[in-house]
Amino acid sequence: MCRTVDLKQAVLAKNSMAARILRTELTARGTTVVNLLSSPGSGKTALLERELRLARERGTSVAALTADLATENDAVRLARSGVPVKQVLTDGLCHLEADMLAGHLHDWLPEETRLLFVENVGNLVCPASYDLGESLRVVLASVTEGEDKPLKYPAAFGLAHLVIVTKSDLAAPAEFDEDAFRAHVERVNPGVEVVLTSVRTGEGAGVLVDRALRAAEGDAVHAPVMARA
Amino acid sequence: MHEMSVALSVADQVEQAARAHGATGVERVRLDIGELAGVVPDSLHFCFELVCAGTLLDGAELLVRAVPGRASCTPCGREWATGMPPDLTCPGCRSAATALPAGRELTITEVRWARPPAPAPAPIPHREEN
Ligand SMILES: [Zn+2]
Repeated sequence: MCRTVDLKQAVLAKNSMAARILRTELTARGTTVVNLLSSPGSGKTALLERELRLARERGTSVAALTADLATENDAVRLARSGVPVKQVLTDGLCHLEADMLAGHLHDWLPEETRLLFVENVGNLVCPASYDLGESLRVVLASVTEGEDKPLKYPAAFGLAHLVIVTKSDLAAPAEFDEDAFRAHVERVNPGVEVVLTSVRTGEGAGVLVDRALRAAEGDAVHAPVMARA
Repeated sequence: MHEMSVALSVADQVEQAARAHGATGVERVRLDIGELAGVVPDSLHFCFELVCAGTLLDGAELLVRAVPGRASCTPCGREWATGMPPDLTCPGCRSAATALPAGRELTITEVRWARPPAPAPAPIPHREEN
């Protein structure tokens, strides 16, 4: 027997396959998934709460699934928007995987859901490697996290379809250098859109819902260089 | 750290391949890991040892080849090392890179099975030491 064999197998092939299947199934029933990645404390939950409320007011059928390492109040906060919300505890796992998501959706996701927002586990390393069957991947960072964030987490920013800066009202006190931030994003993900938002001033209100709806309607989303082998 | 999930995926796939090949043990697993794959090789080694213990892969050696990022620009036919953090702007024409041909790998490239357990060895004649 020959003892050495070439395998040439992608380690995450199983997840990629599950993600493809989920994307196909959800697209067929008219649901578009948005995968939201950020560090803890980025203000992701506050922004999502605002966007869910806006979507509901506009009559768009939305739902949110939030993944946490352990019990937190994210789901309670998101539920205040009045849309279906599900909290998933990952039991210490640092990211969601496509088959886990599919399992959580099958007996919960309302049939008429147009947009499903998935709040991934709070970190910018692990979730970047796992496709969840999303049509739009959004990376969020607050102005208080500094303009070097995209260089520290190149895979997360490099694979994003949209970059959202939160807490823009704090830009001045945090001495946030917007031009440098944009240049750093451009370096790892040329051409990706960067939008400033603030739940306090209302800046960028509706951007998440708007971009998600565009993706749902089949508009071409940004194609990151890093995703093109 | 998702290195544990990655290690589990590697072990699962190698174990399946081992069964398909009728191998009874694994001596070595080779991986390609791109520097932009977001996997920390040291953590992966640690996790791999843990997940292999007590399985068909027990004691298998993990060899990781780090693959540097490379970007390409079709209009000017250039290819360059992206460095870390990566620069995906073409050094020639300053436009965005067309693709990233290397640097995102997370691939099991090769597996070496352990020698099948030897049949009961014939008694070796005792030799006098002198
Ligand atoms: Zn060029």
